[in-house]
Amino acid sequence: MIEENVSLPRIHYLNSHYGWKSWLFTTDHKRIGLLYMISITLMFFLGGFFALLIRLELLTPQADMFNADTYNKFFTLHGVILVFFFLVPSIPATLGNFLIPLMIGAKDVAFPKLNLLSWYIYAIGSLFTLWVVAVGGVDTGWTFYTPYSTTFANTHVIAATLGVFFTGFSSILTGLNFIVTIHKMRAPGLTWFRLPLFIWSLYATSIIQVLATPVLGITMVLIAVERFARVGIFDPALGGDPVLFQHMFWFYSHPAVYIMILPSLGVVSELISAFTWKRVFGYKFVAVSSLMIAIFSFIVWGHHMYVSSMSIYAGMLFSILSYLVAVPSAVKVFNWTATLYKGSVSYDTPMLYALGFIGLFTIGGLTGLFLASMGLDRHLHDTYFVIAHFHLIMVGGAVMGYFGGLHYWWPKMFGRMYPEWWGRLSALIVFVGFNLSFFPQFIIGYLGMPRRYHVYAPEFQVLNVMSTAGSSILGVGYLLPLVYFIWSLRYGKVASNPWMAKGLEWEAASPPLPENFLEQPVVTEEAYNYPIRPAQPTRHTGRLTSGLAQPADTTGKGREAEVV
Amino acid sequence: MSNAHSPIAHHFYTVEQQKEAATIGMWLFLATEILLFGALFTAYAVYRQKFPDAFMVASSRMDWKMGGLNTLFLIISSVTMVFAVSAAEKGRRGGLLGFLAATGFFGTLFLVVKYFEYKHHYHDQDVPGLNFHWAGAPEFANGAQMFFFLYFFMTGLHALHMVVGLGLLIWIFITAYQGKYSPEYYNPVEMFGLYWHFVDLVWIFLFPLLYLLGAHLPPGGGGHH
Repeated sequence: MIEENVSLPRIHYLNSHYGWKSWLFTTDHKRIGLLYMISITLMFFLGGFFALLIRLELLTPQADMFNADTYNKFFTLHGVILVFFFLVPSIPATLGNFLIPLMIGAKDVAFPKLNLLSWYIYAIGSLFTLWVVAVGGVDTGWTFYTPYSTTFANTHVIAATLGVFFTGFSSILTGLNFIVTIHKMRAPGLTWFRLPLFIWSLYATSIIQVLATPVLGITMVLIAVERFARVGIFDPALGGDPVLFQHMFWFYSHPAVYIMILPSLGVVSELISAFTWKRVFGYKFVAVSSLMIAIFSFIVWGHHMYVSSMSIYAGMLFSILSYLVAVPSAVKVFNWTATLYKGSVSYDTPMLYALGFIGLFTIGGLTGLFLASMGLDRHLHDTYFVIAHFHLIMVGGAVMGYFGGLHYWWPKMFGRMYPEWWGRLSALIVFVGFNLSFFPQFIIGYLGMPRRYHVYAPEFQVLNVMSTAGSSILGVGYLLPLVYFIWSLRYGKVASNPWMAKGLEWEAASPPLPENFLEQPVVTEEAYNYPIRPAQPTRHTGRLTSGLAQPADTTGKGREAEVV
Repeated sequence: MSNAHSPIAHHFYTVEQQKEAATIGMWLFLATEILLFGALFTAYAVYRQKFPDAFMVASSRMDWKMGGLNTLFLIISSVTMVFAVSAAEKGRRGGLLGFLAATGFFGTLFLVVKYFEYKHHYHDQDVPGLNFHWAGAPEFANGAQMFFFLYFFMTGLHALHMVVGLGLLIWIFITAYQGKYSPEYYNPVEMFGLYWHFVDLVWIFLFPLLYLLGAHLPPGGGGHH
């Protein structure tokens, strides 16, 4: 990070128009990104609140605070809110909306009105869910398994499934918009293999959003109709097949894991490059690996159903296919690591998140292989081992990447820096709190503690206490950025490109102008074309001293794009 | 995406860019529609395999003549839609309006026939969740109910798409009447055409799967009532 002596542009997207109408009727992708950011932040803390209640109850083996029914509602709401209303939209709808047009040199996404519509549809879905929270909850688990959800549950299943249905359609529209934008809105000279890796990962994400989400949508409607009209599409008593529901649910919900993690993989590629001051090692492999993950994601859903009457041959096939996902994932991890080698590494807040991400994503991915193997899964299915595994991917992976990206692009979005010392502290707290929360869960899961119970055998208590303590620390780590980000909007030091990072988005003003660029940029070089940094001074202190205070290199050769 | 002053929206640079964006967007949307209906066709395949005889018997309660008539209406409306797009491309406003009207006419006829079919099924107590009553062989009861659930759900979703399509058609008609389209800019007409053909195509699959499966049996086979 460097100290810059810059001032805010006179007119930018935040002050070009005022009043609530200028926000609620905006078609500016940057403002829509911020609308999404505010909405998902609310959902993030609501879902996190339910997580803390779960952990509080699990402090002791007995039922102390909540009975089984209440506890069931808490873990259901935790899952529904954080999966469908935070993780799925998180990076694409906020950072993606904000950055894609900037990164590809466009004025906006391809369909700005559709973009706004997708936020409204998300808002409708959120209102359904908040209504469910207000009137008494839902207790099916976030997976809505039949026939419990269709026949036996006495909670607000219909409203919950409709909420998921709506947010799903918002997700489809976002993905559709991004694919068209990336195809048709790139600046002249910006070929596919000059694109930032963040764009590649969002392109892969969008493919999954567009092709997988409709199946979830119609499945949610079928559940609502079955409950409402008492027909039996999934009810075995009427000839229906509950396992068909599982197939249809996981056909979306396994790819959905990659909707959550792929954008983070893209963010981390950007961070690793910017904070090693290097081109990402094996750029093309990292780019294509995102697409490979997207393709594989569609043919592995059966590994959620090894114990749901699946034939052993189908199980073997799904098992082998699931292993395949490890290949493109490992390509990314190895290439990031290789990028660090002989890089000019600096340890600013975003990089701390990125490094934490690499470690946790690796462990989360490798434990996924345990679960993809049929024999081990017999033992580990529905235990805390599964919980720990997917939280490493979805929280240690997706959320860490989101926070890293937020810190990295914060000066781009608002023209001001967050307090760096507090940022590093929060990254550290999140990392420590996260590990303390979830590593014990691997052990208690392996020892046989099942998920979704509010009571447990006394010998698991020590590890559960550790996990609960960790979740409290994690909560502090998440609240800190909320406070200092809001603080920085007014009091943060004015900044433009404190990382001296490459990329078209950094060529624009910070905050960007209403239509991003004064003139259409023309791109002449690939992404991450960093110049060789002089040996002294180094960035290891986190601050550059004199001699290299100019953000752009003086030769002009290393500039990735010339604004003409 | 057009505004009153120029057919190019502010964030595009050329007409071609705008047109290609709309085309890719529409095809992607149709891909999501395929997946939406695809889940239901999958469910149909699963349950037909589970209840092969019951599906056949239940299907014999469908009036394949009505379904065939509707198939004919939709195919005609697709043809007139092709002519409408062609007229727009050549800048013939009168032809565009006429063929749009014809498309709307046959689309409406389809829904009218559908209404009478639904009414007939309601009268015959074929509607699961509302009044389903199976008087035929008891071993077919579950399968027949599943068949009729899928029938109402799939054709209902299809009819919903028809209603949305007719709403869009009215909007296209009005804007065409106002002279918004020219040989340089007729994106909305062409995109709507893609949607309309897609909805027809769904019906082309629904018709044999639902109506013809039991057409060789005597009507109402299985001894309903």
